[in-house]
Amino acid sequence: MNKDALVQISRFMILVLVQVLVLNHINFLGYLNPYIYIIFILLAPITINRSLFLVLSFVLGLAIDMFGDSGGVHAAASVTIAYIRPIILRSAFGLSYEFQTVKLSNVSFGERLIYVTLMIFIHHIILFSLEVFNFSHILLIAKKTLFSSLFTIVITMLTLVLFRKSDS
Amino acid sequence: MQQIINFLLRNKNFLLFLLLLFLSIIFTVQSHSYHKSKFISSTNFLGGGLYGWKHSINVYFGLKSHNQRLLEENERLRNQLSLLIDKDSSNSKYIDTLSFHKPYTFIRGKVYKNDYSKIDNYILINKGEKDSIIPDMGVITDKGIIGIVENTTANYSRVISILNSNSKINAGLKKSNQYGSLTWNGKDPNIVQLETVPRQALLKVGDTIITNGRSTIFPKGIGIGTILNYELDQNQNYYLIDVRLFNDMTDIGFVYAIKGNDKKEIQILENGNE
Repeated sequence: MNKDALVQISRFMILVLVQVLVLNHINFLGYLNPYIYIIFILLAPITINRSLFLVLSFVLGLAIDMFGDSGGVHAAASVTIAYIRPIILRSAFGLSYEFQTVKLSNVSFGERLIYVTLMIFIHHIILFSLEVFNFSHILLIAKKTLFSSLFTIVITMLTLVLFRKSDS
Repeated sequence: MQQIINFLLRNKNFLLFLLLLFLSIIFTVQSHSYHKSKFISSTNFLGGGLYGWKHSINVYFGLKSHNQRLLEENERLRNQLSLLIDKDSSNSKYIDTLSFHKPYTFIRGKVYKNDYSKIDNYILINKGEKDSIIPDMGVITDKGIIGIVENTTANYSRVISILNSNSKINAGLKKSNQYGSLTWNGKDPNIVQLETVPRQALLKVGDTIITNGRSTIFPKGIGIGTILNYELDQNQNYYLIDVRLFNDMTDIGFVYAIKGNDKKEIQILENGNE
């Protein structure tokens, strides 16, 4: 087993534990929680096997669902953003993605922000639509999506900066 | 044939995506229908164990308020007991010391996980089948009701909180016999809604809402909350009542599950009438 796989596996476990034990209980202003476990999906290597990546994202979402008693909402949202990640990567990084040279630690702040924002926003729309599961509450869905997304984006950007790998 | 296989191979990621999405949507739909969300739940040994470990750390932070609540409950129960003792001595009725029948048994438990920020909230408690907890038992705290047991394993059980869109509990007024069903609109975790109370009921802000014992889940007279405000619905037939809960749903701590010992008897009787 090489070092890269080990890093991914430990990141997976740590993110699930932090999400389940700490971040699911923040309830800022009564209902806002950041869902930063999707950092795993954001940071997965670009050259990863896509089928494996989809299955891993599904398991990640299902783990969060199991601890949060939320059915399959996180699994659905995670699988979807894992599937559309190449499209988002292309629109956020353009040419450098085509040459497979993107590294999230050395792209400009603006490009990284666009990438993170798009991914998190799509994730949260699916998440809260399925969680509320009732389109007569569409305002509630919009409100939850907007504020939770902002919260998650801020926490995610901070986490990415804090745990940036030192450029070797 | 060759073409079909080629098609499958070419689109294997898309098909895998569809399969996984389909699976997770099935889990979601199941979780939204009452009594069916058995698959993905925190009552297994992994979820229960992890939350138990977390609870063993967190419990120290709430000791003071929990002690205070237990003292208050003891005080109230002692006052009730003294009333009972007085009654017994005044009229010399005989005391039955042979049979131990009592209509309800209370089983204590600790709250390992409590949600209140979602639309469908669940509570995980540390008592399960080994402690004779079965689905459809009511769960209360010292102050009032919090939900109904939905799903049990050997050591843990999952409770549908009253803060859940699937939860419907019979509740009524303390001062009269009118009743309705208790639901939650998903907004404030300390305010629930009482629906279908007939308009003949005389309401006042501040009136107490209690369980009314029409179902075998909760005994009559367990507190729920007080009326915050009320209005008639569109057809002017029923009241819609906002109820402020006695419980602080964000801080539960310990609970009692209620085992109805007469449940079978009542059910047989009711089914026979139909």
